[in-house]
Amino acid sequence: MILLRHTNTQLSILLVILFIAFSLGIDRFFSIESAWSMAIQVSGLGILSLAMMITLLKGGINLSLIATTNLCSLTMAYMMNLLTPGAEGLALTGGIVVALACGAFVAAFIGALNGYIIAYFKVSPILATLGTMTLVKGIAVGLTAGNVLSGFPEAITYIGNGAVLGIPFSLFVFVGCAIPLAIWLSRTPTGMFIYMIGSNEKATRYSGIETRWVIFKVYVLSSMLAWVGAIVLMGWLNSARADYSESYLLITILAAVLGGIDPFGGSGKVAGLILALAILQFISSAFNLLGFSPFLTLAIWGVILLAAAALAIKTRSLQQN
Amino acid sequence: MHDMLKRLRSRNEFWLAIVLLGLVVFFSFTAPAFFTIGNLNDLLTQNAFTGILCAGLIVVLIAGGIDISFTATASVVQYAAVTLANMYGMNWIILLVIAGGLGAIMGTINAFFVVKFRIHSIIVSIATLNIFYGLLIFITSGSYITTVPDYFYDGINWLEFQLGRRSYGINLQMVLLFGSFILTAFILKATNIGRQIYAMGGNPDAAQRLGFSIFRLNLFVYGYMGFIAGIASIAHAQLQLNVTPTVLVGRELTVLAAVVLGGASLMGGVGTVLGTILGVSFLCVLQNGLIILGLPARWEGAVTGLVILIAVAASALEGSRQMNMRRASRKGQEAGAAT
Amino acid sequence: MTAFLKLHGISKRFGGVTALSNVDMTLEAGEVHCLVGENGSGKSTLIKIISGVQSPEPGAQIIIAGREVPRLTPQESTRFGIQVIYQDLSLFPNLTVAENIAINCHFGRPHVVRWAELRKKAEEALGKIGVTLDLDAIVGNLTIANRQLVAICRALTADAKLLIMDEPTASLTRTEVNRLLDLVRGLKAQGICIVFVSHRLDEVLEVADRVTVLRDGNKVGTYSAGEMNDKKLAVLMTGKQFTYDLREIDVSDRPVVLSVEGLTRQGEYDNIDFELREGEILGLTGLLGSGRTELALTLFGMTRPERGKIFLDAAPITLRSNQDAINAGIAYVSEDRLTLGLVLDQPISSNTIVTVLQHLAGRLNLVPSLIRKDTVDRLVKELTIKVSNTESAVRTLSGGNQQRVVLAKWLARKPRVLILDSPTVGVDIMAKDGIYEIVKSLAAEGAAILMISDEIPEVLYHSHRILVMREGRLSSEHRPHETDEHRLMAAVNA
Repeated sequence: MILLRHTNTQLSILLVILFIAFSLGIDRFFSIESAWSMAIQVSGLGILSLAMMITLLKGGINLSLIATTNLCSLTMAYMMNLLTPGAEGLALTGGIVVALACGAFVAAFIGALNGYIIAYFKVSPILATLGTMTLVKGIAVGLTAGNVLSGFPEAITYIGNGAVLGIPFSLFVFVGCAIPLAIWLSRTPTGMFIYMIGSNEKATRYSGIETRWVIFKVYVLSSMLAWVGAIVLMGWLNSARADYSESYLLITILAAVLGGIDPFGGSGKVAGLILALAILQFISSAFNLLGFSPFLTLAIWGVILLAAAALAIKTRSLQQN
Repeated sequence: MHDMLKRLRSRNEFWLAIVLLGLVVFFSFTAPAFFTIGNLNDLLTQNAFTGILCAGLIVVLIAGGIDISFTATASVVQYAAVTLANMYGMNWIILLVIAGGLGAIMGTINAFFVVKFRIHSIIVSIATLNIFYGLLIFITSGSYITTVPDYFYDGINWLEFQLGRRSYGINLQMVLLFGSFILTAFILKATNIGRQIYAMGGNPDAAQRLGFSIFRLNLFVYGYMGFIAGIASIAHAQLQLNVTPTVLVGRELTVLAAVVLGGASLMGGVGTVLGTILGVSFLCVLQNGLIILGLPARWEGAVTGLVILIAVAASALEGSRQMNMRRASRKGQEAGAAT
Repeated sequence: MTAFLKLHGISKRFGGVTALSNVDMTLEAGEVHCLVGENGSGKSTLIKIISGVQSPEPGAQIIIAGREVPRLTPQESTRFGIQVIYQDLSLFPNLTVAENIAINCHFGRPHVVRWAELRKKAEEALGKIGVTLDLDAIVGNLTIANRQLVAICRALTADAKLLIMDEPTASLTRTEVNRLLDLVRGLKAQGICIVFVSHRLDEVLEVADRVTVLRDGNKVGTYSAGEMNDKKLAVLMTGKQFTYDLREIDVSDRPVVLSVEGLTRQGEYDNIDFELREGEILGLTGLLGSGRTELALTLFGMTRPERGKIFLDAAPITLRSNQDAINAGIAYVSEDRLTLGLVLDQPISSNTIVTVLQHLAGRLNLVPSLIRKDTVDRLVKELTIKVSNTESAVRTLSGGNQQRVVLAKWLARKPRVLILDSPTVGVDIMAKDGIYEIVKSLAAEGAAILMISDEIPEVLYHSHRILVMREGRLSSEHRPHETDEHRLMAAVNA
């Protein structure tokens, strides 16, 4: 726990340094517009990172995360294109609700599939979700032949691009996921069991915890967060496609590890993840303003991941001695 | 005889071979175009890139590590090597040496962070994947190379013969594919370093205690993966006759799936070249056969995913079944154990 | 006899902690020497110094084979023929017997493996100790005893002159221990010095020549093995006299809480019948592999019996999982504390209340932090667990305190039946007493306790009744005041 506080302190310091440096050094960094675009960009990635984080905490991983997000978006996009054009009032609301429900159903199904295979068949999470990733993306590609679905009702684009009190609506969605999740992880029995399972599933089971059911729930929840992420992303981009945002997969893991989450389970906090996301977003936005290629950002993120991991291991070994 | 059968049945390769054989027989009967020299030629040539990479990744998995940065390594090497070849007009042997060497150097970067900083290989390789790939696209702006050396167009073929209107032979892809597998098998089976890699993957603590040079071993393992990635990238470039820096990254998990289907364990110490060959063959034959049968190419992924899921679930079930059998027969075994 | 190794004035400090202080020791060629002491007494530090892994503080003198070695490195130590077999054996489970034994063939030139030579070397080593093993068998599939033989053979291929074995008998059955001791006699005859580092001395004393006792980093003394026994050693190791009183409480009129009839699970245990009464401590002993732990796992709902019935308060119950067992009031303290008993990397607090978290949850399924803290503090106090911060990882605690956390976790559920599997394994002698006290007071409060152990004194002096298990069956029943250690040992080994 001391170590975690440590990590968060380190991350906060880095965040503040970056903020000051970028604000002083880059013209439009400290501005409403750039804050706006950062908030919008970080929201979608943030929700997906939360989805990845909970599987990492329990000692697993969800490689099917982005594939799930895309299949959800496509399902919802298809249903909306079917039900909402020309509809008004109650019919429009009904159409949107039905579409969202279909997306939720798809997400729950994929999550349940992952959870069932991992918890009850005891397949390694990397392999199981690698399989579902290929399957789910394959279904998305098969159904759409790789085509884009676009043109959604205003309500959906509002989720992605709208504002409340001058703050992007999607940021509220992200925070609305992050805070309950943080409370769930730290304050409910299931949350605490997730950490224990992440450290040692067998010992947790010997304590009388139905670990398989907890694991099952983790993957369903991860999938449901992917569904929320899907709504935000499709609203933001106003379109859906089988291979959108694939680079996010590794970035969610990167953000989690940078945020002090042990990739082998058992420790990590939502707060750390949020700090890590903010750092990554600052760098990305600053480079964007400087006119650097987004791929340079990618490379810098990689360097930061290595540095953060090395530092974490160094701190830990110092504390142990 | 009975004993041998039992030993055979407990091996992953045995079941994989049976399923692969079944698949081949099935496609041979249902799709006339499947069991032909032409299709065999296509199968080997088209899948050489994936196959060659499998020959490298198996070594990493046996050593107890993991690497997903090799597609980025391959992208960088492909771009650099073909650019150099265009500038200085080197022949393909020198091209391969340069590609392999550059790949090996990039691979050892992974080993450095894994051993010296004790960061887990999955994190290191996620990082290096992003660094290599990010820098490549940043520097090249993602532009294609459309001119390749002339000998790329002529192809590199041996033992050519004419069949119908097409000519067949042994091409560069096949040579590199078989060459990589033979080299990997030789290293793993017959060299000290190969046996040390198995040992280290089986029990890293013991390897450390017995004075293995862990750093040198890992340098070799990740360097070899990089070397193989470099070789694979040339096989790919010669087939495509251009270099697109963005097409290779994203295939790393398919390679991982093939190797793991072949029986390698993510825990290290377990895996064989034969199993890897069967695993990657299985995935490739399945996709190829389904397309010949008329399944639209866009459904390829879904079928592959389904098969991977069934395979991993089945092998997990088989594993727990064997555990149960072991319990039932344990008394007998213990009594029969040698003294 | 000539001294193979002489140590003078060996001290070692880690930061401010003194691990060894001014220890002298002589090891003769061809002797069997026991090195004993509690956890933290400095045994493992001493071994690390002998094997060159750590260097002593200045002023120490190490003389090997008559030559003073100013700075002993691991490589040099190996060159002198010093080999350590650690408790985990450090084998490669995925390789064959031949490769494990002759692993040294995989070093140096030529770089290509010569399999024939490797097999020959392995066969030679096996021949040296008169053992035949299938050279092509995968080591991971061998029994622990056979794996140990492989480890010994590997040490012999390195031309061992001094063989240090760390807890060699810990996971062996009695027959296997006997085989090991025979083997040690053979090695001794070949002039090899063997050092046993052990806590189960009754077995090792049979072949030992001398015993050196360490306590708190100091050498208490070196004694001839002939004049030693378990009790004397316990006093030397702890500096404290232990007196055990036999338990003479009659519980035969109390109600039966748990009973089983004809319980059978193939390959594990066979046709088990017994009754366990309220307030009773029932000892269950037997060799490793006799089925004692397997029986416990079934009573805890982890495995299903194939035949037979389990009764709780005279009513038959079916345990489909350990949750069923826990809900029925059955708790199980595993013999494997480190991987099954505790989640070592999680805080003491979580480990203590994991069993009752769901009951502590209130509105919205949240656990109020005050209630959480109070519950943890109450349990920590109840079991007098010495902790500075209940949020530190359990890993940071001593063995005895770790075991108290395990007990706390189950006491939180107020169990009616408590199954203790080797409750004091890895716990210092001093801390053992505390555990026994807790067990006794639980029984006095009416809990029915099944105490499984392979340490004869443990069941003899702390149970009301003792069952002996052999090859999956209950073979005999004893009353503590009608038997003694020797008779009980005989019943176990019969």
